[in-house]
Amino acid sequence: MTSTQTTMGAATPTTKTRKRQPSREGQPQKAGWFARIVVFILCFLWIVPVIGLFLTSFRPRDDANESGWWTLFWTPSAWSRMSFDNYETAIDQGGLGQAFVNSLAITLPATFIPILVAAFAAYAFAFMEFPGRNFLFLAVVSLLVVPNYIAFVPILRIYGDLQIAGTFPAVWLAHIGFGMSLAIYILRNYMATLPRSVIESAKIDGASHFQTFFRLVLPMSLPALAAFAIFQFLWVWNDLLVALIFVGPGDNAPITVALRNNLMGQAGSGQHLITAGGFLSMVLPIAVFLVMQRFFVRGLTAGAVKG
Amino acid sequence: MLLKILNALITVGVGVGAAVILYWLLNKLAEVLPGRWEDRLKPYFYILPAYAALVFYLVYPAVQTVVYSFANAQSTAWVGLDNYTRLLQSSSFQDTLFNTLLWMAVVPAMTVVLGLAMAVLADRLNPTWENTSKTIIFLPMAISFVGAGTVWGLIYNYRPEGREQIGLQNAIITALGFDPVAWLQVSDFRLNSFFLMMMLLWAQTGFSMVLLSAAVKGVPEDTLEAARIDGANERAIFFQVVVPQIWGSVITVYVTTLIGVMKIFDIVYVMTNGGANTNVIGNEFFNQLFTNFNNGAAAAIVVLLMLATIPIMVYQVRNFRREESMA
Repeated sequence: MTSTQTTMGAATPTTKTRKRQPSREGQPQKAGWFARIVVFILCFLWIVPVIGLFLTSFRPRDDANESGWWTLFWTPSAWSRMSFDNYETAIDQGGLGQAFVNSLAITLPATFIPILVAAFAAYAFAFMEFPGRNFLFLAVVSLLVVPNYIAFVPILRIYGDLQIAGTFPAVWLAHIGFGMSLAIYILRNYMATLPRSVIESAKIDGASHFQTFFRLVLPMSLPALAAFAIFQFLWVWNDLLVALIFVGPGDNAPITVALRNNLMGQAGSGQHLITAGGFLSMVLPIAVFLVMQRFFVRGLTAGAVKG
Repeated sequence: MLLKILNALITVGVGVGAAVILYWLLNKLAEVLPGRWEDRLKPYFYILPAYAALVFYLVYPAVQTVVYSFANAQSTAWVGLDNYTRLLQSSSFQDTLFNTLLWMAVVPAMTVVLGLAMAVLADRLNPTWENTSKTIIFLPMAISFVGAGTVWGLIYNYRPEGREQIGLQNAIITALGFDPVAWLQVSDFRLNSFFLMMMLLWAQTGFSMVLLSAAVKGVPEDTLEAARIDGANERAIFFQVVVPQIWGSVITVYVTTLIGVMKIFDIVYVMTNGGANTNVIGNEFFNQLFTNFNNGAAAAIVVLLMLATIPIMVYQVRNFRREESMA
């Protein structure tokens, strides 16, 4: 396996073959004041709304709804009134605790189940010769841009007939279907960059396709599997539309739906609860994102387009 | 609660396990066939489950949606082109289309420009600052649009004159002596739509920056050196040497964002639900389906959306073939 280690590090699959020249380290043009100021202003604009949300979410009801969060910076006494009360209220009365669990229950199967299915198809596209291969793969490429809106009316009807609308399996299966083209695309592109000699020699040693897939190709494709998993995780966790259509409000609603319906949609809930709920909804994806950023970037540069 | 998590974990286990067994069976099935057939059929067996998912969730519904678009609200009788003519003739749907086109015209281009600016400028900072600034710009990608709605609610919040403003934008302009404005209600020049677009820009710029940054770093140093020796200034180098070499990535970012913008739903639904003339076709689809219970109109909107994506699809396929033949 040692010979494969290097390829696992190299990220970008074939579709993006750009001549990898030595990167431009040791820039001739050093950062001027202009560059520093523009970057600083952009970062400031990008992060300030999030800071505002974070601070507001700890402020008591009256503070949060009657004065801007920025007043904290010149009224030190207001800091002492901050607490986790809003979070407790949002979790219990706002139903976000239950919804957070629902989101996990929806996201985990919808993220992990499609991986193996897509990996088998990707393996066939990358390493097997068969009539119609190019056509079938081009079909996957074109399905990437098809908006999932096209599925809603007919699938809703089928779910209605089967009486599974509003259940977890309904939304699992939908996300698996919608994520499949992206999964095949990312994995196949990555597998196409794996050294063919390794797969050939496995074949000569008498390994079947099945063995080659599980013992060689799947472990070697780990970076691409991770890239897709993060994509799908963020996509499913942050999804509102599919959840509204196939789950809807109620006991099984994920956090996006609950946040919208229980807090943002209620005139009485106030900024202190909305911000606490908002922050709850983004804690996990932000954590996953920060920890796995490297894989995520790799997935992006693999040419991920999702319809 | 715990039961649900347990249930989800069991589903992951059972789902993955079932997939393994399914492929093992398919593989065995191929192996019992006579040699020639085994090699011939095995690839199809491997792609079969994935294709079943694609066909059931995308291909079949696409056809069915076209069919429904020619039927009435309950899909019980044919109405011909009625759904289309009624939609296209209604002035509110025309506004909805116009808004969607406005989003398509503004957001992808701005995403490219901002992302490229960040990519080029951050590239010149020292590594620590480059990474920190990029992470900050990239971070909103992890946040849902509902979450973004809670964030931007604090920017656009409006309180009538005389009360203390808790929205940042109104706090600034009242401090400057102007009257507070209900930003998301101002439909003159579609100003409110532009405020909603800001939210998408905030979420998307990181994606653009990451792709374009990789492209900019991939521009060979000797081409820049050659231009410098020829006496080109930095601006000329950027536009005549760097930009042409990263054009492929620029197009990728543009197309990806364009597809996202065409089906934008969450931001509009959460912030205004299409009120004050901010409606877009994604939101209109949802309202036709769940407020009016009109399957026919909803399907017709989807068909229009699908038609609009066909040129992009053709472009994608051609682009992919070209890149494959070069590889």
